[in-house]
Amino acid sequence: MVHYYKVNCVRDNLRLIREFVTVVLRNLSLSEIEVNQLVLAVDEICSNLIIYSHNCNPDYFLEINIEDQADKILFEIIDQDANFFDISEYQEPKISNIIKERRKGGVGLMLVNRIMDTVEVSVEDHQNIWRMTKKIAKK
Amino acid sequence: MQIKTINEEQFHIIEIYGDVDASSSITLDKSIEEAITNGKKNILVDCANLNYISSAGLGVFMSHIEEFKEKEIFFTLFGLSSKVKNVFEILGLDQLLQIVDSKQEAKDIK
Repeated sequence: MVHYYKVNCVRDNLRLIREFVTVVLRNLSLSEIEVNQLVLAVDEICSNLIIYSHNCNPDYFLEINIEDQADKILFEIIDQDANFFDISEYQEPKISNIIKERRKGGVGLMLVNRIMDTVEVSVEDHQNIWRMTKKIAKK
Repeated sequence: MQIKTINEEQFHIIEIYGDVDASSSITLDKSIEEAITNGKKNILVDCANLNYISSAGLGVFMSHIEEFKEKEIFFTLFGLSSKVKNVFEILGLDQLLQIVDSKQEAKDIK
């Protein structure tokens, strides 16, 4: 079953996105920590797109699909207009450098990569699609 | 998210309520900056009512670590739920920030 949610790019909608993901995942018998990690991964990608790609412009939309695929969960975040992000070019920053430089950002994608088993970004039909999977052991 | 600050003995305590995300992290940052600016030397963060933290919230704490060292500020978080503590652990930040279970424990290690 695919669960679908569509929101416009408003900062306050991050809370609604988290609520949507939480409600969907609570039905999959995951632990509270697992649910929180997956909610966090989706929140990180959506906040990057809403705040940095679209400057919180409510005329833009994100679509989120969550599909329970028996042994794993597939998360898709579909962005109609953002510039393509080449994840193969992404170089993870060092935590020690972030601290030394007193930066307030830079660990969002690092968290996503630690949490998810696969993270891919592709362009399909002029849409920018983030596709992430997580293997699950159902109770 | 809401922030409340109280002073107990020599401790300045920042209580966080709700979610610290990309939208609300600036409020937490201001509260910590204000404590530093006001010369607070013993800052505790009460996370007992912190429901959620994203990278933006982690970034707030990370960005002040050097300043805490420079200014010899005692900075400790306490009362984190398992799911919130896990977010710090994913990146090993539980080794770079002092995190304890209770307010009393935080006061005792000072």
